[in-house]
Amino acid sequence: MATPCSGLALTRWQPTVALVATAAVALGGCAGAPTRTELAASRTDVLWLNRIAYGVNSETLADYKRRGRSDFLDSQLTARDPPLPSPVAAQINLLDVVHADAAQLLAATNAEYKRINALADGPEKEQARKELNERGNAFAYQAARRDLLRAIYSPAQLQEQLAWFWLNHFNVAESKASIRWLIGDYEERALRPHLLGHFRELVMATLTHPAMLQYLDNAQNAVNHINENYARELMELHTLGVGAGYTQGDVQNLARILTGVGINAGGPQPKLKPAWQGLYRHDGAFEFNPARHDFGLKILLGHAIRGQGFAEVEQAVHILVREPACAQFISRKLAVYFVADDPPPALVARMAATFSRTDGDIGAVLRVMFAAPEFSAALGGKFKDPMHFVVSTMRLAYDARPILNTHPVVNWLRALAEPLYGHQTPDGYALTEAAWASSGQMSRRFEIARAMAAPNAALFEPEEGSIAPAAGFPQLSNPVYFAAVEPLLSERTKNALGAATSQQEWNTLLLSSPEFSYR
Amino acid sequence: MQRRDLLRLAATVPALTLAGRLFAAPTSPARFLLVFLRGGYDCTNFLIPYSSSFYYEARPHIAIARPDASAPTGALALDGDWALAPAVREALGPLYQQRQLAFVPFAGTDDLSRSHFETQDSIELGEPSRGQHDFSSGFMGRLVDVLGSSGSIAFTDALPLTFKGAADIPNVSLKGIGKAAFDQRQTSLLTGMYAEHHLEAAVADGLELRQEVALAMADEMLAANRGAINTKGFALEAERMGKLMRDQYRIGFVDVGGWDTHVNEGGAKGALANNLDNLSRGLVSFSQAMGEHWHSTVVVVVSEFGRTFRENGNNGTDHGHGSVYWVLGGAIGGGRIAGEQLAIQRATLFQDRDYPVLNDYRAVLGGLFRPIWGLSAGQLERVFPQVKPLDLKLA
Repeated sequence: MATPCSGLALTRWQPTVALVATAAVALGGCAGAPTRTELAASRTDVLWLNRIAYGVNSETLADYKRRGRSDFLDSQLTARDPPLPSPVAAQINLLDVVHADAAQLLAATNAEYKRINALADGPEKEQARKELNERGNAFAYQAARRDLLRAIYSPAQLQEQLAWFWLNHFNVAESKASIRWLIGDYEERALRPHLLGHFRELVMATLTHPAMLQYLDNAQNAVNHINENYARELMELHTLGVGAGYTQGDVQNLARILTGVGINAGGPQPKLKPAWQGLYRHDGAFEFNPARHDFGLKILLGHAIRGQGFAEVEQAVHILVREPACAQFISRKLAVYFVADDPPPALVARMAATFSRTDGDIGAVLRVMFAAPEFSAALGGKFKDPMHFVVSTMRLAYDARPILNTHPVVNWLRALAEPLYGHQTPDGYALTEAAWASSGQMSRRFEIARAMAAPNAALFEPEEGSIAPAAGFPQLSNPVYFAAVEPLLSERTKNALGAATSQQEWNTLLLSSPEFSYR
Repeated sequence: MQRRDLLRLAATVPALTLAGRLFAAPTSPARFLLVFLRGGYDCTNFLIPYSSSFYYEARPHIAIARPDASAPTGALALDGDWALAPAVREALGPLYQQRQLAFVPFAGTDDLSRSHFETQDSIELGEPSRGQHDFSSGFMGRLVDVLGSSGSIAFTDALPLTFKGAADIPNVSLKGIGKAAFDQRQTSLLTGMYAEHHLEAAVADGLELRQEVALAMADEMLAANRGAINTKGFALEAERMGKLMRDQYRIGFVDVGGWDTHVNEGGAKGALANNLDNLSRGLVSFSQAMGEHWHSTVVVVVSEFGRTFRENGNNGTDHGHGSVYWVLGGAIGGGRIAGEQLAIQRATLFQDRDYPVLNDYRAVLGGLFRPIWGLSAGQLERVFPQVKPLDLKLA
C-alpha cells in the first residue's frame, strides 16, 4: 500500500491530505465500500456502538444505519454461528483446532507424555517433552487465532465480547496440564453454544469439560482423596461470589458432591459393581465414575443432598444458580463489563430480578441492561482493557481487509498483560479501569500503540506459505475515522495530532489518545 | 465506593512530576520492600516444624526429612523445632546465620474466607476487622501518605491495591526492559493529550519512569549485549529492583505468583522447592544490589494464608490459615524465630486443619514500621487503625 505522506520528518503530517489519496486504497478490494457520508452517525450512536461492538468498522456502521438501533440490537442478541467474511472463514477452516476431537487428542497426548516420562532422564527426554509442549502451544495459538479473527471480523460483535467475557468468567490457563490441547474445544463446545443461553448451561458445560476439570483439579477429587479447589471456586468465582454466606463446611460438602467427576480419555471403562453401573457416565473425555464418588449424605447451603451419583451434582448446581446471590453476582459482573466500573445498584437489581425470573436467561438479562437509562448515561466512560484496545484498533485500521497472520496481535495482547487463555489464576482478568490504567500500563500501552501504528508486514505474511504483499502504514485516517472517531476527539487531541510529523506518529497519537482509550 | 471522589480530588491537585517527588530529600534513609507471595505458599514445607511427629503423620508423601548433621544438603536445623527446606538452605542459610533473616510463624489475618482474592485484598487494605471492605485506601498507600515522602514504587504490571489512596505511585514491571520508546517531543505530545484528564499523572509518571529505568539499567543492557548477563527469572528482576531502590526509591512492592499447590507440590524437591529456590536467590540478589543501603533496609515476605497442615488426596495442600512471614535486612537482629508460638500437634491446629494465627499481620507490620521510621502512635493509627503493634525487635 502506498504511503504518500510518510517519511516527511519534522513536517506536519495531515490526514486530510492522505484521505483523498488513500481511502480508496484502504478499502480497496471491497466493492461498493461505503463512503464517509453513508457512514455518518451521531455521537450517541457511535458511543452506543462502541459498547455493543469491539469498536466500529464500516460494516457495523452501515448495518446499524440500515436496521436502526432496535433491530440491530435484536440481531446482536440472537445466537448464531459467527457470520464471517469468506476469506476469514476459509483461514479458520484450515486450522487443525477446528477439526480436532478433544477426547482423542487428550488420549494421544496422554500416551505421548507417558512414553516420554518412561524415557531415561537426559537431554533426549527433555527435548521430547519440549517438542510436545511446543506442539501443544501451537495448538492453543490456533484457538487464539480463531478467536481473534472472529473478534475482529465477525458482524456478531456482541457475541464476540460475550465469548471473551465467559471465557474470562470461567477462566482456565493454557499453561497448566494438557489445557493447551483442550482450550480450543473448551471455548467452542463448552462456552460458545451458551453465550446467550441459560446460565446453568454454562456452569454444567464447564463443569463437565476436561479443561476445567484439569485446571481446578477436580479430575483428582475422589472419595477419601478430597481436593476442594474446584468446589470453592465454583461457589466463590463462578456462581455466588465471596461473602455470599457459604461456609467452609459448604465448600467441603460441595467437594464431596463433586467426587468422581473427572476425565477418562480413551482409557477402559472402570469395572463397577452392578449397583453402580447405571450411575456411570461418559461423554467425550468427561467421566463420572461412581467408584470414586462419596455416596454419603451432604448438606449444601442448608439443603440435604442424599447420595445418588451425578444427579447430586445437577442438584447442587440447580441450588447454586437459583440462589439470589448468584443472580446478583452474575448481573453485577455483566454490568461492570458493559456499563460501568461501579454500576448503579438499581440497574443491577433489575437485572438480577430478571435473572431470577427467567431462570438465568442471559439474553433477557442483557436486554434489560441495554434498554436501561443507566446504560445510555454511562456511554463513553469505560476504559478499554487491552483486548478492547487491540481489537478496536484492528477494526479501525484494517476494516474488512483480512489479516493473514495473527501472531502480532497475540503478541500485543501478551505485551499488554492480557493474552487469551493466559491468566494463571481462576479469577480471570480484572474488568475495571484501576486494573489497567496505572502509570506502567499507560506507557506500555503507548509503546504498543506505536507498534500497531507502524507498517505491519507481519500481519500480512500468510501463515500458510505464499508471498507477502508489500506492507504499508495502517490507514487510520479512513472513512470510519471521519465518521466515528474524529467527532469524539477533544481540542487537545486534535492539537497533538496536528503536530505529528509522520504518519506513524499520527497513528500512534490517535491510538494513544484519551478518546480512543475509552468506549 | 469512592472512586468518583478520588477522581475529583485528583483533578483538583496539580499533578506532580515524578522527578519532582523523586529528588525531594528523603528524611530517613530507611528502605522497605514488601514481597507478596500470591497463591498462599505452603509455609509448612518451607519452615519445617521437624520436632512435631504429627507433621510426619499428616504429610506421609510430601513431608521433608528431619535435619541430619550427616546430610549437608538436607533440611537445615535453625533450632530444636524448626528447620529450613533443603531448596533454600544455600541461599538463606548464610543470611540467617548473619542475623539478617528472621521468621514469624503463625502469622496472618483473621479473614476466614480461605479465598485467595478476598484474603489478598483484605491484607492489602489493612483494615481493622472483617466485614465490608473500604476500598478507598491500602496500608502502603496510607504509609506513604503519613511519611509524606517521595520515592515509592510497585515493581508490578498493575498497581497493587495496597498502594491505593496515595497520590500517583508509579509502577513498572522489571521482568523485561528495553530502550524507552519516545523522545522528549513525543512525550510532551502524549502528555499534552491528557492534560487535566484524571489519567494525567499516570501518563506523565509512566513515560518518565520508562526513561529512568532505561537509564538506570544502561549498564545491564550493555552487559546483556555482550552476553555477560547470567542471572535470570526472579533473581534478575530482584537485582534490578535492588538497583532502583538503592538509588532512587524508599518504599517498594513486588508480588510473586505460583504458590497454589493443590496437586503434586513435591517435598525436598519438586514444584514448591523450585519456586522457593527462585524466590530465595532473588532476595539474595536484591540484598547484594542494595550495597551499603542493605543495612537500612527491611524486607518482609507475606502470603495471604498458609495451607492445610495435612496433605490432601493429591500430594498437595488446600487453602489454610496461618502462614510464616519472613523479615530480612542488613541490621534487623535476626537469626531467630520471632513472635508468639505454640507446639504443633493435632490439638493445636486451627479448626483441626491449619496453623492458627497468633501474630496478626497488622500488629507485625505495625511493630516494624514504628521503629523503621520513628512513627508516632498517631501516625501508626493512620496506617493501621486500631492496631496494637507487636514489637518483635526486628527493626
